[in-house]
Amino acid sequence: MGTFRSKGWLLICAMLVGSAAAGTPAADEYARGAQVYERCAACHALEADRTGPHHCGLIGRRAGSVPGFPYSPAMRHAGFVWNEKTLDRFLRSPLTTIPGTSMGYDGVKDNGERRALILFLREAGHSERCRGMSARAP
Amino acid sequence: MNTLIRQAVSVVQPRRTFLGRTGLLLSGTAIALLSGREALAAKADKAAESDLRILNTALGAELEAIAAYQVGAESGLLQKPVLDLAMTFQGHHKQHADLLAATIGKLGGRAVSAKDKYSFPVDTLKNQVDVLRFAAGLEKGAVSAYLGAIPLFGNRDLAKAAGSILGDEAMHWAVLRQAVGDVAVPGAFVS
Repeated sequence: MGTFRSKGWLLICAMLVGSAAAGTPAADEYARGAQVYERCAACHALEADRTGPHHCGLIGRRAGSVPGFPYSPAMRHAGFVWNEKTLDRFLRSPLTTIPGTSMGYDGVKDNGERRALILFLREAGHSERCRGMSARAP
Repeated sequence: MNTLIRQAVSVVQPRRTFLGRTGLLLSGTAIALLSGREALAAKADKAAESDLRILNTALGAELEAIAAYQVGAESGLLQKPVLDLAMTFQGHHKQHADLLAATIGKLGGRAVSAKDKYSFPVDTLKNQVDVLRFAAGLEKGAVSAYLGAIPLFGNRDLAKAAGSILGDEAMHWAVLRQAVGDVAVPGAFVS
């Protein structure tokens, strides 16, 4: 009986969380960020290094520090850690933030799109997919 | 050679090689230096360096796209005529890459080479539609990448050439969308 009660309670909680998540501003922002992230797909992926480095675990990582990735000297010596603030500056105008970066991209100029993209990078960067990547790493 | 790129090269190349030739072809940088405007000369050189970096990043992405289409072709998941279409698009990317590499060389830069190995999410590609959607995603990304690069070129002829490639990538994207049953052109603008 106790077990049934606790299972039932868990189910109700899960349903509440589920219904709250769908359509909430945070969920909408994440979806918008995912859409903006599609613009990066020619050069970036979450789980693999491509023309640009992978984005799993980006927040909290030192700029230019993915092992083995051929960064520009400018990015290698950027000297900061990726967080919401540094990402916001860089994504607004990569070349003026880090002159000499290989990311020859004008930037995400819309504040709302940038905010959504950063939220997406933060959340997706610690998602199950990304945790799986860490597990697969040698 | 693509006319647009030829124009771009003809504008920039003299500056790179004028000392090795007769010395009669003076570039904007040389003129700026000779007239004592070192700051202007340095700015022109920085712009040329920046252009080369952008071209090399674009080349890296084109080489990756070629590899991605190869993975699709060898997956056994694409049936004719879709396979032929993919090979045609891969051929376009090869032409883009050849042109970008040649331009980088002519502008005095060193073109990046294809990587020995690329990492694509092959475990998620189970059928033809998966492969086409993956390719469509890359093409969409390429459109955005060129769109983001165009305003940055110091040499406007290179910007024009990038616009020409962007148009081709956008057509690939639309055709791939159509092939999987999506609306071919989802909006009036790309971003």
